[in-house]
Amino acid sequence: MTRVLIVDDHRLFRSGVRAELGDSIEVVGEAEDVETAVQAIAAHQPDVVLLDVHMPGGGGQEVLRRVLGSGSQVRFLALSVSDAAEDVIGVIRGGARGYVTKNISGKELTDAIRRVAEGDAVFSPRLAGFVLDAFASSEAPSIDPELDSLTQREREVLRLIARGYAYKEIAKELFISVKTVETHVSSVLRKLQLSNRHELSRWATARRLV
Amino acid sequence: MADQKTLAEPTGDAPYRRMMRPMEGRLLGGVAQGLATQLSLDPVVIRLMFVLLSVVDGVGMVAYAVLWMITPRQPHEGQPPQRDWSQLAAFSAIGVALFAFGWLTGASQGGIGMLPFAVGGIGALILWQQADPERRKSWVRGATSSIRKNRVRTLLGVALVVVGAVGFLYAQGELAQARPGLLFTVVVVGGLAVIAAPWLAGLWKELQLERRERIRQEERAEVAAMVHDSVLHTLTLIQRVAHDPREVSRLARSQERELRNWLYQPAQDADATVAAAVRRIAAEEEDAHGVPIEVVCVGDIALDPAGKLAAMLKASRQAMVNAAKYSESPSISVYAEVEGEEVTIFVKDRGKGFDLDAVPLDRMGIRESIIGRMERHGGAARIRTSVGDGTEVMLTMKVEKA
Repeated sequence: MTRVLIVDDHRLFRSGVRAELGDSIEVVGEAEDVETAVQAIAAHQPDVVLLDVHMPGGGGQEVLRRVLGSGSQVRFLALSVSDAAEDVIGVIRGGARGYVTKNISGKELTDAIRRVAEGDAVFSPRLAGFVLDAFASSEAPSIDPELDSLTQREREVLRLIARGYAYKEIAKELFISVKTVETHVSSVLRKLQLSNRHELSRWATARRLV
Repeated sequence: MADQKTLAEPTGDAPYRRMMRPMEGRLLGGVAQGLATQLSLDPVVIRLMFVLLSVVDGVGMVAYAVLWMITPRQPHEGQPPQRDWSQLAAFSAIGVALFAFGWLTGASQGGIGMLPFAVGGIGALILWQQADPERRKSWVRGATSSIRKNRVRTLLGVALVVVGAVGFLYAQGELAQARPGLLFTVVVVGGLAVIAAPWLAGLWKELQLERRERIRQEERAEVAAMVHDSVLHTLTLIQRVAHDPREVSRLARSQERELRNWLYQPAQDADATVAAAVRRIAAEEEDAHGVPIEVVCVGDIALDPAGKLAAMLKASRQAMVNAAKYSESPSISVYAEVEGEEVTIFVKDRGKGFDLDAVPLDRMGIRESIIGRMERHGGAARIRTSVGDGTEVMLTMKVEKA
């Protein structure tokens, strides 16, 4: 049983998610802003926090900063209506282990929560597209070659995610196991979070302005 | 100076403060003191002003007399207090000295030339008395605070004005020499500019502030218009077709897409680049068939003049139409990638799929509109499908970068 906390400032949306989640998931609590979220996470110690990006009091990034900054091991899955690259890249770099948009189906969301609870990363097609775009525009020489570029395999996996393939289909397509697909995605997530490429943030901001 | 205590502290918050002539601390009729209270200035300044003006054809005296007549006396209980004769003597001495100086240099012979100044000054005083108390307060507050903040600047300005004025009077005496007159005029203007600079700067800042506020309001109006024209409209439509879930979700989708584009997408010309064109085509087909089409674009390229990419876009539209119409898939994924000179578009569904070999030759959809069209323009189309496993159409095209 995966224990989940829902953080979102829309009550209607919280109850909607609650109703949609399958039986394998127990919702242990809800929070509606940064302050109550931080308290609820400390009180309930959930396996996964479903985190809204835009909230009063600093938004999802502020929750990530305060909870992960205090050394907590809680895992976060960002859930947002926003398609803005800066929001997506922002919460991932803030420490979320995945990003899905709110129009995701209940079954897919349950799947994503399970995956995050197991320590894997969850990439929506759009997030995969953003990452490919961000790592593709590499004009400046990288500081750390291991962190600052994607391997051929990682690129293939991301491209298939962007094309709408499920992990199982990707595994079949590339003749690898689902576990290996998950490893590749997690490794991309790590690079996305740790890479010092300043272009990454700049790219995300520029996307909005171009 | 003796009157420092009376500076700038108006008693009480009377809503409409009229100028009064107080008995307390008056030298002559209390006009200067009343005016000083009204202007939140030191009475000494006002007194000196009257003295100075009196030297110029007695304008000061006239003004004093006029104000004495039109200003009511402040009610005072008990014995009227004694006048401070020593101060009155001092001001009189200054006046006499200036008058003598003017007479000696011939400055006061300015005569009619000085009249406009006097008339203007009195006009200004009357205007001041009639002005809206709120506005007057804000003028005074601005002026006094800036004077307090910039003592040096104010002193410098006053000094320049005095030098200029004296020089002006002096030059008036020697009309033949117009040059020094001009010079002193410049000095006077300079002094006034120095004094007025902070006030002008404040005014400018206020203007900027107003402009920003106006821009913000315009933006708000734009948002309101957007919400009103499209969102409210769609919500009304949704209520009307509430019995048809397919139509409801189509309306909601299309409204969501519109709002998203407006919020997150830069204004793009859909006829200029591949990514923008793919997004538009997907939106149009989504609207036409009521099946959600998710679009992800990586990289972008301008459409080529030769029309290769335009042909590719037509093929991709056909692929989307096929998926929406025949696959029975709940959603369609479109992925467009530009890598250097190569453009690739994938259209994938999770529908029922079909047997490619079993497609009759006369079915124009796939053979002509997709494969044939791509090949004619030097590209390629690959179709992967099997019954029950969905379909993916992959289009590739190489273009020369401009």
